[in-house]
Amino acid sequence: MLFFKSYLLPRIIQYIVVILIGTTVVFVVPRLMPTDPVQKTLELVALQGTYIDPEAVEKLRETLKELYGLKGTLFEQYIAFWKRLFKGDFGPSFAQFPTPVMDLIRISLPWTTVLLLLTTTLSWVIGNILGGLAGYFSNQRWARVLEGVAMVIRPVPYYIVALGLLIIFAFAFPIFPVGGGLSVGRELHLTLDLLLDIVRHAFLPALSLVLVGSSVWFMTMRLLVSNIVREDYVLYAQVGGISDREIVFRYTIRNALLPQITGLALSLGQIFSGALITEQVFAYPGLGTLLYNSVSRGDYNLLMGITLLSIIGIATGVLIIDLIYPLFDPRIRYR
Amino acid sequence: MTILKTENLKAYYITEIFGIKRTVKAVDGVSIDINNNEIFGIAGESGCGKSTLIKTLLGIVKPPLTVLDGDVNYSIGDKKFNILSLSPRELKNIRWEYISYIPQSSMSVLNPVRRIRDSFKSFINAHKKIEKKEFKNLVEEHLNALGLPIEVLNAYPHQLSGGMRQRVTIALATILKPKVIFADEPSTALDVVVQRGVIQLLKDIQKEQKNTIILVTHDMAIHANICDRIAIMYAGKIIEEAKTEEIFKNPLHPYTKYLIGSLPKIGDKSYRVSAPGSPPPLSNLPPGCSFHPRCPYVTERCRKEIPSLVEARDGHKVACFLVSKEV
Amino acid sequence: MFSAIKDLLKYDKRFTFGFSVMTLMIFLAILSFFSPYDPKVWNVVPRDMPPSLKHLLGTTSMGQDVFWLATYAIRNSLLLSVIAVIISRVIAILLGLITGYKGGFLDRFLMTINDSFVILPLLPILILIASVIKGALNINNLGILLGIFGWAWDARVLRSQILSLREREFTYTAKLSGMKTLSIIIKEYLPFIIPLIMATAMNNMLWVIGMEVTLAILGLSSLEIPTLGTMIHWSVNSQSLLLGIWWWILTPVFICILLFISLYMLSVSISEFLDPRTRLQRIEVMKG
Repeated sequence: MLFFKSYLLPRIIQYIVVILIGTTVVFVVPRLMPTDPVQKTLELVALQGTYIDPEAVEKLRETLKELYGLKGTLFEQYIAFWKRLFKGDFGPSFAQFPTPVMDLIRISLPWTTVLLLLTTTLSWVIGNILGGLAGYFSNQRWARVLEGVAMVIRPVPYYIVALGLLIIFAFAFPIFPVGGGLSVGRELHLTLDLLLDIVRHAFLPALSLVLVGSSVWFMTMRLLVSNIVREDYVLYAQVGGISDREIVFRYTIRNALLPQITGLALSLGQIFSGALITEQVFAYPGLGTLLYNSVSRGDYNLLMGITLLSIIGIATGVLIIDLIYPLFDPRIRYR
Repeated sequence: MTILKTENLKAYYITEIFGIKRTVKAVDGVSIDINNNEIFGIAGESGCGKSTLIKTLLGIVKPPLTVLDGDVNYSIGDKKFNILSLSPRELKNIRWEYISYIPQSSMSVLNPVRRIRDSFKSFINAHKKIEKKEFKNLVEEHLNALGLPIEVLNAYPHQLSGGMRQRVTIALATILKPKVIFADEPSTALDVVVQRGVIQLLKDIQKEQKNTIILVTHDMAIHANICDRIAIMYAGKIIEEAKTEEIFKNPLHPYTKYLIGSLPKIGDKSYRVSAPGSPPPLSNLPPGCSFHPRCPYVTERCRKEIPSLVEARDGHKVACFLVSKEV
Repeated sequence: MFSAIKDLLKYDKRFTFGFSVMTLMIFLAILSFFSPYDPKVWNVVPRDMPPSLKHLLGTTSMGQDVFWLATYAIRNSLLLSVIAVIISRVIAILLGLITGYKGGFLDRFLMTINDSFVILPLLPILILIASVIKGALNINNLGILLGIFGWAWDARVLRSQILSLREREFTYTAKLSGMKTLSIIIKEYLPFIIPLIMATAMNNMLWVIGMEVTLAILGLSSLEIPTLGTMIHWSVNSQSLLLGIWWWILTPVFICILLFISLYMLSVSISEFLDPRTRLQRIEVMKG
């Protein structure tokens, strides 16, 4: 019961608050827009040259207002907005009218999810193991070399790393394709060949995400471990003659993983943002590229849909990590 | 039978922070002989170098701590060695099976995310290859002997009370029946009632295993309770050493007199005088006898020369010009 | 303060590196005031010229001098980050002080809001906002926007520092002697948290410049204003890589990398300078 009140409940409240704040921002911002999206769409239709009589225009205006959720007072709009959110209905895309936004997202989502899950896990594991070792054996030459490398990669934003890799491995030494998720004209039959093609295309985006991600985890882990090494229980284990191997894995890395799990939850949003921009660099067919397209075509509904989905997705991811956390920390499990 | 002997042991902390060099003379010329099958007490105020002495005797010498002079010679059975010259591998073999350690901060020496059982496993496996069943027997027998419930094995440290955690640590340190046990303020963080139990536990272990315990604490009452012999430490030096009874009945050094004077006695209602002032920082000791600024009997000689530890009576050594003049 | 900088310069190579690079960047930014060309005007020099004595870093496909353009870009990117950093510092410090010092329900309430901003994926939200106010996103407005969203993590860091200060002896002494909350904070805490604020400010600057680059790449900031981001945007959009005009794209990318690494090293060395534990450890490392 104490566990529920002091651990679970605050997390669930946090989950609700994140989504509430995020969605409200998404609701409010476009309504501050100086241009009216309905008017804009009507102009677009008019630009195409076909004549529509004024009555039909008025009818279209009403339909569009309804579709974009701009009907009624602000409060009514907000309620309607939430109703649609629960139904998973983000309205139609402006640019590819009338395809629902959800359909477009549905195509891109698996690409991003797989890339993101894979690279996040990989960088977390690599960064923590290397960082843990480098923190424990901080006097060794290899540890200092690793630290130097991580220190240089760590602060560089995803975009620049991705661009750098693109310049090196796609232009200077064309080993990997310049972009995309699949070779042009390839049919979607599940064969080994197709799988290899996907991997070849995903390699550079994945590499840049893992490079930056693992150096971030490396630097924090190294610092954590270099502090934990001074904890009494580690010193005592050393005095007791327990092998370095066991101390590294069962005493230092094991214990430093706890704040790193919390860290993973807190930086999930940043990691996701990084993945979006990396996808755009490599024209990888995930949410990032979809987002870029929606921006360049002024497709606000799609943009809002992606943003809302990201907020809910990230918040849920954080909640899941928070729910798993007690499994690793007995101090929370048994109060 | 001497089991541990040091001569003129010097261990300093030498640090250099942004160009400023600092030397802390934590252990400054300590010579001691500790016998087999005795409880030897080391007393002194906090910051006098007790803990550093213990660390050096255990061979835990890591920078910035540096040993400048002296050996730490053990002779346990037919094993004779200077712990300061052992390789890490040899040190590992010596620890726990021959020499063990109950640390000062026993509240935090157990890994908070591992069960007590796992800690026992790690410590035993580091020294002995044993079967699962044998492990179970060994640990359960040991806990039984120390009067601890077997259930603690399944607990995590934070689930145990302070006293229980301290007992578990003692059990962990003595599981391989070492011949020499160092205990650094083993009861300081505990409340008085629990303290008694812990001290009694140490006494029982010594009685049963017939080993040597070196007990460090600032608490003279505990020393009076269980020690056979006591050394008084001040500013990195041993200033007096004698049998417990002798030192309490007939303290020679003015500092020892103060220390014992601050011990409460039943029925005595007089005002307790403690030494005026506070101990000097080990990084900046006064010249001559380190105690002279606080000493009521200070002479000109005390300000210039450092008194050495000499035998004043049978087995009673003291480092004070007042006394050495007498003899 | 100055003696600390002197010590850091003498004993921490990372600080020396970061400090020198930052000095160089500020020098370049100041140099922009003496530029012979207006950065907003195109075709003032021959197009697509490789680096030469006349044009140190070559020229762009729009007929601009890359070196002088870069000085403007550095100036604007630094200016923008300073605006954002100042705004987010004010919010972060206020929130950190209030939550850390007051505690209780107010702390829990504000921290829940704070953590929401830590968790939220800011990029899509910023993109949404930026695309809505697209036309008006000049240096000042972008700085304000990034300042409004960039405080959450640092408020958290400051709060935990205040929490640990609150438990220290001198707080009780100050409280018992009847000092007011505000003067406790100003007199007793500020000396401890100012270096921390510096370290977080460096990190935040890094984030702001990176975010500006990201938004510019997507074409969401005012593209006629030269910043590191818009420079990369134009060079990428003009296919400078395919056309082999490497000096155009590499200049801003290289400056970015240098700037990021130096800011990060400054922040790391300042925060390690604060931590007595790591300081001791470094001494051990020096000894080997």
